[in-house]
Amino acid sequence: MTASSPLPSYVPILVLGAIAAGFAILTILFSHLIGRPRSTPAKSATYECGMPPVGTAHARFPVKFYLVCVIFILFDVDAAFLYPWALVFRELGIFGLIEMALFVCILGGGFAYAWKTGALDW
Amino acid sequence: MTALTWPQELAIRSALALTVVAFLLGLFSVMTYIERRLLAFMQFRLGPNRTGPLGLFQPVADGIKLFFKEEFVPQAANRWAFIAAPAVAITTALMAVAVIPYGGAVTMPRFDLLPEWLRGRPIPLQIAHLDVGVLYLFAVSTLGVYGIVLAGWSANNKWSLIGALRSSAQMFSYELALGLSWVGPILLAESLRIEDIVACQAGGIHRWNAIIQLPAFMIYLFAATAEVGRLPFDLPEAEAELVAGFHTEYASMKFALLQMAEYVNMITVSVLATDFFLGGWHAPLVSLQSAAGVNLGLLWFGGKTGALLFLFIWLRGTLPRLRYDQLMRFGWKVLVPAAVMHILGTAAVILWLTR
Repeated sequence: MTASSPLPSYVPILVLGAIAAGFAILTILFSHLIGRPRSTPAKSATYECGMPPVGTAHARFPVKFYLVCVIFILFDVDAAFLYPWALVFRELGIFGLIEMALFVCILGGGFAYAWKTGALDW
Repeated sequence: MTALTWPQELAIRSALALTVVAFLLGLFSVMTYIERRLLAFMQFRLGPNRTGPLGLFQPVADGIKLFFKEEFVPQAANRWAFIAAPAVAITTALMAVAVIPYGGAVTMPRFDLLPEWLRGRPIPLQIAHLDVGVLYLFAVSTLGVYGIVLAGWSANNKWSLIGALRSSAQMFSYELALGLSWVGPILLAESLRIEDIVACQAGGIHRWNAIIQLPAFMIYLFAATAEVGRLPFDLPEAEAELVAGFHTEYASMKFALLQMAEYVNMITVSVLATDFFLGGWHAPLVSLQSAAGVNLGLLWFGGKTGALLFLFIWLRGTLPRLRYDQLMRFGWKVLVPAAVMHILGTAAVILWLTR
């Protein structure tokens, strides 16, 4: 039934997205209408455990987070590459296994370098 | 049976999408009650028991309270990003459920109220049948980071920012292990459609991926717990160090939406574990699949998902929180290499068996 479906398979996802977004927007609007804000300077100050806030939060933060993201992208591409490989693996046979082992070894080299230089230590 | 025209198909899918969203949000409010109750029992307390019989109306009371709470945007916050963040979080969380099958096909009853084309028609309980279902999941689950980072950054609060950064780094790190743990089931099913992966596990408990792909299942459970930020991996909102993490500044319904997104994610990973590893709606023994001619698939599916949800609550009631360096070390130095090795091992075994 699904193979001959007259509807493109991604259209229901758009419908779901519209429902989800609509729900979120309606909820926020509704609570905005019935929960009236009564703002005072002390109330609308940034919360810092009761102390007057010092400076802004948009300051510098450790470069580690950036490093993790870069390494993540590297391996995310690896994972995205593994999916189609897994799909046709039985057709590729031993060739596929060796190819993937080589690919993982190359990535593993980069991984070992990141490990050795301490990019993975917090 | 005649084929459906596209408006009929669209009507069925839309109705299904609405039902799933309503069901998930209902389950969210029930889960908040069950979680508080179970945690209380684990800690020799009573938990919420005043609102209605056994405190069952507690979620309703909470919902009403949150709606009437004061709407609040801090002075220093980036106003529009601050308001948009919870909407982004809940939208991306709900988008992920689109490609998940919830059971086999359900045959519509032959009521006279239903239009002619709907009577007796089997409806597969899945919103969208994508050929690249797993890839879609992989993509959408990464989008979940946006809501959290936006929430943490826009609040212009140090706790929020640190919580959001921690959360994004944690989600990125475990996302990888999560995605890699799916490759084993894909190798076995030779399909990126989740319904095919479920179908591949039919025929009894010895065919379930939780048995024949046990390491992948364990990697998935660790990664999923970290991915949804539950104890012992709830570093993003470690209340002892970060007040409440990325939702420190949130109140009212915007807070509720963030909370909702978190629970929807938790339900999603439980449903996914059921589909990928626990045989979906298939019974552990073929003889238990139906009783008195009625297919019990939905019951099995719900039972497995419920057991996994209970596991999440149980973990929260039992385990202490990890340190952040332990968390990152475990994700990168244990889970990711183990997942890659397991994939190569699975591939080698498949080759050896089909030689």
